[in-house]
Amino acid sequence: MALLEVKDLHARVEEKEILRGLNLTINPGEVHAIMGPNGSGKSTLSYVLAGKDDYEVTGGSATLDGEDLLELEPDERAAKGLFLAFQYPIEIPGVASMTFLRTAVNSVRKKRGEEELSTPDFLRLVRERAKELNIKDDMLKRPVNVGFSGGEKKRNEILQMALLEPKMCVLDETDSGLDIDALKIVADGVNRLRAKNRGFLVITHYQRLLDHIVPDVVHVMARGKIVRTGGPELAHELEAKGYAGYENAA
Amino acid sequence: MPAVQETVERVKSIDVDQYKYGFETKIEVEKAPKGLDESTVRFISAKKNEPEWMLEWRLEAFRRWKTMQEPEWARVHYQKIDYQDLYYYAAPKKQAGPKSLDELDPEILETYKKLGIPLQEQEILAGVAEENRVYSKVAVDAVFDSVSVVTTFKEELKKAGVLFMSISEAIREHPELVKKYLGSVVPVTDNFFATLNSAVFSDGSFVYVPKGVRCPMELSTYFRINEKQTGQFERTLIIADEGAYVSYLEGCTAPSRDENQLHAAVVELVALDNAEIKYSTVQNWYPGDAQGKGGVYNFVTKRGDCRGNGSKISWTQVETGSAITWKYPSCILRGDNSQGEFYSIAISNGHQQVDSGTKMIHLGKNTSSRIISKGIAAGVSQNTYRGQVSAHRKATNARNFTNCDSLLIGDKCGAHTTPYIEAKSSSAVFEHEATTSKISDDMLFYCRQRGLSAEEAVALVVNGFVKDVLQHLPMEFAVEAQKLIAISLEGSVG
Ligand SMILES: Nc1ncnc2c1ncn2[C@@H]1O[C@H](COP(=O)(O)OP(=O)(O)OP(=O)(O)O)[C@@H](O)[C@H]1O
Ligand SMILES: [Mg+2]
Repeated sequence: MALLEVKDLHARVEEKEILRGLNLTINPGEVHAIMGPNGSGKSTLSYVLAGKDDYEVTGGSATLDGEDLLELEPDERAAKGLFLAFQYPIEIPGVASMTFLRTAVNSVRKKRGEEELSTPDFLRLVRERAKELNIKDDMLKRPVNVGFSGGEKKRNEILQMALLEPKMCVLDETDSGLDIDALKIVADGVNRLRAKNRGFLVITHYQRLLDHIVPDVVHVMARGKIVRTGGPELAHELEAKGYAGYENAA
Repeated sequence: MPAVQETVERVKSIDVDQYKYGFETKIEVEKAPKGLDESTVRFISAKKNEPEWMLEWRLEAFRRWKTMQEPEWARVHYQKIDYQDLYYYAAPKKQAGPKSLDELDPEILETYKKLGIPLQEQEILAGVAEENRVYSKVAVDAVFDSVSVVTTFKEELKKAGVLFMSISEAIREHPELVKKYLGSVVPVTDNFFATLNSAVFSDGSFVYVPKGVRCPMELSTYFRINEKQTGQFERTLIIADEGAYVSYLEGCTAPSRDENQLHAAVVELVALDNAEIKYSTVQNWYPGDAQGKGGVYNFVTKRGDCRGNGSKISWTQVETGSAITWKYPSCILRGDNSQGEFYSIAISNGHQQVDSGTKMIHLGKNTSSRIISKGIAAGVSQNTYRGQVSAHRKATNARNFTNCDSLLIGDKCGAHTTPYIEAKSSSAVFEHEATTSKISDDMLFYCRQRGLSAEEAVALVVNGFVKDVLQHLPMEFAVEAQKLIAISLEGSVG
């Protein structure tokens, strides 16, 4: 069975139709990349999948492991294993990152019917994952994303992903704002999480991320739908030729 | 529906059931006739077997009050109070004054039990450590409508030389202390509500900690308004003599009623040389229903006088209840090197209106003050911080640090900050920081994407917001206060 199955998805925001009949099937273990011009609806797709308010689904379906995603509350979707690494991570003043991570991990575990982690176990786990992503202890003590550099915010997203152990990871331009070393660190972090029961949807504008996270399938999105699908070579072609011709394809 | 929109909708649907203290106790009571004139004042004084001087004091306050106008400068709106349509005295019939626990009306005992207030003098709490909480004994003075019904641990306190009793008792048993200090911090003529209180105050707590004594346990008073249309006018007087220390906490609740209930308290603190008083409040009067009907009008005058050199007074408040809160716990920094602190969490939800803050009046040399205020507004509530920091000409090297933050939940509520700063001494250094933030839909969505429910998300953000203040509450009450905060914001998000 497909891990993520999106069929003829239509969605609008503020009366404006953004997704216009989008189809996408991701099987367990696969990494898919979506590329496409600015404003084509990539972030919108990620928000609709995650259940953001204001994004109204007007047609079609989306399932995770065969279960209707669109009926669920955002936190239920997260508990079911959907994770979204935000294009623009949100700052939460006053809440220490460590507290946030712990609350998130335990909420998800509770909803999955698992035991909460003890404080020492949790700390050990966080330290380990943080180290892999070159995230310093000091950053974990600071309020979530507040005053973090662009790159730090993105690494923090991957840390959350690693801790929440999702089934389906959607990464929205996680590479933007990263320097060359950080890009490598983040890509390694993602690659470590690749597993046969886990799927990835990587939204990006640049081939260089896909040099590190090699996708199984590459899609081109334009005007709210997938207009072309191919292998990794498609990304190279786009890098060379740009999106000329796709703007009108839809 | 956007989360914030839902927030507003949910807040609208808050009903009185959420206020878990909204029950009423059925007991027989004795009341003064409705309305207020000299005979009411005489009635109250007589009921309490007060000496002549006390009656005179009250009557003078009453005469003065008749010439005064209700203040209108606060950012609160309410229907005019008809002072003749209230009862000024209501006492459980079975007892006229504080008794021992065995004699207490079982109905009243049951009430305090329901409120979770330990009236038993048991040792169960002593020394039990749980989750890093170290419980200690807490002595309680329980005030029910107009009278104090019981004070616990009196004997043990007496051994340490600490006087802890109802103010009525203190007037009879320690007139010299009461005469000396009552009205010495909040003068009889101070303001409309304080003057009214001076005329008709019914009961409250009295504490005297003698020289060099560190009070061996937390002291606390729990106020409960039970009777309909009855004003509660309590009076608290705390004196810490030279080098003494005391930590005191007050809690308050009221049943859910359709009509508004008036509460006009006066609290006076006096700290002599090198003494320290820590005064904490967890205010949870009935806030009114979803339509803004009912709820307590809370007009309170609280002031501490750092009379001695090197003295310190610290106010910590968690304000979650009342339809209207009008309250400015203040410090007069009279002694050289004295310190004043004000730590506040004020939450308004539904139709609540809060106008609260503090005054730090620097008179002595090298005095310092610190203000940390956290206002949280949800629903269609209005939340105002009003603060005054002033330095007298002679207050050289006065220091103040003020930090006042507001958090908005939803977009139909309001937060306002009104600081007045006045330095007549050129060496004064006053710092003021203020921020306003909002729990936005984006923030909620981000948290929910990480698995938190909407309520968990709000609790997380709010706890982060208030933690600097919560840590100043006595350990025993911090956990309770945290729960209370969560409850009072229940339903504030979808
Ligand atoms: N809340 C909103 N209100 C109005 N329009 C919106 C809203 N959110 C998205 N849109 C519009 O929807 C379209 C798609 O936006 P989206 O963010 O999904 O594009 P994207 O493919 O992620 O672009 P980029 O590559 O720049 O990140 C844009 O035209 C955008 O302006
Ligand atoms: Mg985007």
